[in-house]
Amino acid sequence: MLQSKVFNKKTRGGRIQKQVREVYLRDDIYCGAFSCKSCDSSAARLSSSKIIVVDTNVVLHQIDLLENKAIDTVVVLSVVLDEVKNRNRSVYNRIRLLCSNPARQFYVFSNHVHKDTYVQAMEKESANDHNDRAIRVATLWYQKHLGDTSQVLLVTNDRENKRKATEEGISAETIEAYVKSLGQPELLDLLAQPTNEDITMEDADDSRPSKRKLIYQEHKPMSEITAGLHRGIYHQGKLRVNRFNPYEAYVGSESIGEEIIIYGRSNMNRAFDGDIVAVELLPRDQWQDEKALSIAEEDDEEDDTVHLAPDNVDDAPRTSNLSHETSGDKNAAPVRPSGRVVGVIRRNWHSYCGSLEPMSLPAGSGGTAHALFVSKDRRIPKIRINTRQLQNLLDMRIVVAVDSWDRQSRYPSGHYVRPIGKIGDKETETEVVLIENDVDYSPFSSQVLACLPPLPWSVSSEDVSNPVRQDLRHLLVFSVDPPGCKDIDDALHCTSLPNGNFELGVHIADVTNFVHPGTPLDDEASKRGTSVYLVERRIDMLPKPLTEDICSLRADVERLAFSVIWEMSPDAEIISTRFTKSIIKSSAALSYIEAQARMDDSRLTDSLTTDLRNMNTLAKIMRQRRIDRGALTLASAEVKFDIDPENHDPLNIGMYQILEANQMVEEFMLAANVSVAGQILKLFPSCSLLRRHPTPTREMLEPLLRTAAAIGLTLDVSSSKALADSLDRAVGEDPYFNKLIRILATRCMTQAVYFCSGDLSPPEYHHYGLAAPLYTHFTSPIRRYADVFVHRLLAASLGIYKLPTVFQDRPQLTSVADNLNYRHRNAQMAGRASVELYVLIYFRTRPTDEEARVVKIRSNGFIVFVPKYGIEGPVYLTGKGEKGAGDWYVDEEKQKIVKMDGSLSYSVLQTVKIHMEVVEPQPNRPKLQLTLL
Amino acid sequence: MEYVNPEGLRLDGRRFNEMRQIVAEVGVVSKADGSAVFEMGNTKVIAAVYGPREIQNKSQQKKNDHAVVLCEYSMAQFSTGDRRRQKFDRRSTELSLVIRQTMEACILTELMPHSQIDIFLQVLQADGGTRSACINAATLALADAGIPMRDLAVSCSAGYLNSTPLLDLNYVEDSAGGADVTVGILPKLDKVSLLQMDAKLPMETFETVFALASEGCKAIAERIREVLQENTKQLEYRRAA
Repeated sequence: MLQSKVFNKKTRGGRIQKQVREVYLRDDIYCGAFSCKSCDSSAARLSSSKIIVVDTNVVLHQIDLLENKAIDTVVVLSVVLDEVKNRNRSVYNRIRLLCSNPARQFYVFSNHVHKDTYVQAMEKESANDHNDRAIRVATLWYQKHLGDTSQVLLVTNDRENKRKATEEGISAETIEAYVKSLGQPELLDLLAQPTNEDITMEDADDSRPSKRKLIYQEHKPMSEITAGLHRGIYHQGKLRVNRFNPYEAYVGSESIGEEIIIYGRSNMNRAFDGDIVAVELLPRDQWQDEKALSIAEEDDEEDDTVHLAPDNVDDAPRTSNLSHETSGDKNAAPVRPSGRVVGVIRRNWHSYCGSLEPMSLPAGSGGTAHALFVSKDRRIPKIRINTRQLQNLLDMRIVVAVDSWDRQSRYPSGHYVRPIGKIGDKETETEVVLIENDVDYSPFSSQVLACLPPLPWSVSSEDVSNPVRQDLRHLLVFSVDPPGCKDIDDALHCTSLPNGNFELGVHIADVTNFVHPGTPLDDEASKRGTSVYLVERRIDMLPKPLTEDICSLRADVERLAFSVIWEMSPDAEIISTRFTKSIIKSSAALSYIEAQARMDDSRLTDSLTTDLRNMNTLAKIMRQRRIDRGALTLASAEVKFDIDPENHDPLNIGMYQILEANQMVEEFMLAANVSVAGQILKLFPSCSLLRRHPTPTREMLEPLLRTAAAIGLTLDVSSSKALADSLDRAVGEDPYFNKLIRILATRCMTQAVYFCSGDLSPPEYHHYGLAAPLYTHFTSPIRRYADVFVHRLLAASLGIYKLPTVFQDRPQLTSVADNLNYRHRNAQMAGRASVELYVLIYFRTRPTDEEARVVKIRSNGFIVFVPKYGIEGPVYLTGKGEKGAGDWYVDEEKQKIVKMDGSLSYSVLQTVKIHMEVVEPQPNRPKLQLTLL
Repeated sequence: MEYVNPEGLRLDGRRFNEMRQIVAEVGVVSKADGSAVFEMGNTKVIAAVYGPREIQNKSQQKKNDHAVVLCEYSMAQFSTGDRRRQKFDRRSTELSLVIRQTMEACILTELMPHSQIDIFLQVLQADGGTRSACINAATLALADAGIPMRDLAVSCSAGYLNSTPLLDLNYVEDSAGGADVTVGILPKLDKVSLLQMDAKLPMETFETVFALASEGCKAIAERIREVLQENTKQLEYRRAA
């Protein structure tokens, strides 16, 4: 049966155009109930005789409830899916996931093309009414179709729809009533608060009439926002809340080419971090000077916490004061445009981890309690939730979702989703870290595990006889890794050739031999992007049998590898390079310390040690050459923990020791990556996956230059080479000075990123930090998906495999690169957060006095860096509440904070003694406090 | 954009291997020697054939022993929603050429020396797949004109979106940016007379898409044959009356 759908649509040019679409109505769409005799039951999902049909508003607002196992045998109509898709993409993805989950009974009924449930739009009927009518027609059809065998219930929170449904003889319920009828009171917590548009909350607000006043300004209607954006009064952008001060946010606006600052919650006007908002600029005289900005706007003042020393500019607190501030130009006021949010264009609400603010239990237990939820992420405001299980939740970390934020309430309201575990529990807190950083730590699905080769696995005779695979088992191959490393993805060999040259090989685990494109295993790995290393836990990108056994290049077993083999002259010039798939047998899996000890022990003269020494000599030459070319030797404050094997508490923290052996392995890995980058780019100039490190702008290096200038050091930042040289020259009286300067330099840099070579022009491929024109990642395919990708490219360039189809699709390739960057960054943040967590646990029982270095001057104190533990945090000279300006003043030029009477001063890079102690000023948010001794 | 939902339904309710509704009628322009209207869903094409007749412009005659086939393709001004300005743009020129070549391959031109056959095609309503619809309409009109042909030249398109091969793309699917493969075959002879594709497809994928389009062609041939037989019956009936 053929029907036409006619509607009007606005074209890109702004004209209204009539559109006609065909609709083919079908008779082969089945009801999906097993009990049904007339329908084909091969795709049936619904086994129970109680079937519920959900309305759009239920899916949109109660998705957390629907995800709960208690709700089942649900019919999701296609009109509902379509509307959800248009309204909220993430909810759509979640409901789709439910529908495809074989463990749940969610059935999609394509009512919009079914011959009996197709609903022709009526004249003057709104889209919403049309959808509601379609839902009712479909429900009625179900009722008639299934007859007495099943009970069909329409669950809707739309009053009008419910009334009409009842009139038409459909049994309809609100979601609240339905959940109550299930007899599981804890499910009620999962209910989202009804918003005004559906059922007005009469009883919820009665108890607090004083709260009825309007706190926030109204959000402008969408039409006004679009018009305003068009005329340039409003500016659109993504709101980013300052990680270190939740009352300050930035909106990067293309229309004025500068960031707009938004101060305070009332100007943020109910916008969350990540929301796309429309911003109106405040009049110029209200643009605030950074210095005048006070943080204490609300009762719960928060301030900087102690955290891990940042590794790059993205992690560091925003440097708010710009350079022209100090230039002395009085007319150009030190202001950046400030603004106010007038409307939210797209919400970025998702679920948040945190805990409830402690409160006394209400008198009659079992009833509903209003509680305030405090998110772990400081950028998120407190969230009001209703719960019936307060006593169970008070000491738990929980996940909460936001539902709405109206003008009368100071805080948004939300609902409880699920518990994570007890507060302070290492497991729980680690899980919080993972959730916060969007790391998927769920076990691998059975489809993924089905792609693995059967265990025990060993090199087969086919592998040996495969012509593309070279047998390198006779070579003396060994690996050097951190102690206890189980996923060994690289091994090396070095043999002297008769002509005096050396043959050097880097052998990388041949992951792509097991992970084939398009398989569930590959999809999963590409989604995860990287393994995540936490202090005591590793979240693998690939399943354990692959990472720790089949791919891992362990000692004394034959393994498949992808090898890069160079012939090198004794002065480390590469004479020739070749790439081959291979079979190797590692003879030793050394740790860095073991390798170092062998090299240093002059009594040892076995062939392994000689090879090591030869390699080390070559590596040193290569390293020197790289440094001469301008590669930066940057420093980061990496820490490591000694963990108590019994209770898993940290026993000791120390800076990570870097040995010559580390540098040696690193050097060859870099060289392999560079060689591979050249090879794949030569063959696939438009679809290679490379890694670049953008040259830092002068503005980014500004904090470094200012610090350096204050201590009388001049740094030349004109090129990486110049910077490297001046960093080398920066030697102070104490040994740590140079490293400190390097650490400060490192954090001015942005991160290196993956990109698709077709998206940029060759000069932009440059890797600043390594001073390499081309770079990629090839050497760790077990733990990074980028390397898997590069392995496929390299194999294709050698004609071993065909290039997978992904590579022909530029947008898809770009999205893969973007995802890898996102995952990589999240993995790093999760790693850091995990370290911070253990630092906190460590100092909880051990208040310590330690030496620290001042790295930055603030108006009421300074930020110190504690070299021994690699952490950084604020030290306050003045108490909270009283403004710092009273006693102390800041000398911008000399980067000094001086007491008014001149008796005391602290300048940047100065050594101070501090006391470190864990305090808990706000419940459930313990923090490390640094005080001056 | 989701062009095929997880239930396997396309935006207009078809499954991947389903064509749009075909309506065909011959003898719609009485002045012409042969004519036909061919509809595939909302795509509607009218075809008129004149000839074989004497060559009007001698210079066009290249070979003496073959009939000359001429083809003119145009889109009615009202065929799309908005006003069309140009009447003969590059696209029409290209389409005219493609259709002429396809039809030339199936007409037994060697039987009609010193003559020309004119095929006029106009798109009355465009909703994707005009190329295929034109070829099908032309075949019908040629048959209606009684011009000897090797076989019925039929055409159908198929595309590849959301990792699924799709038969007979409509305008929305066609403008999605995926590959669009137009196939013309001579079904009885089992020969390919037209094969066009924009965008790139890997070889294996192309083969499945091509196979799907060929299937579509065969189904269309079936339908065209029915229409012609029905028409013949009508003629027979009229003559008897």
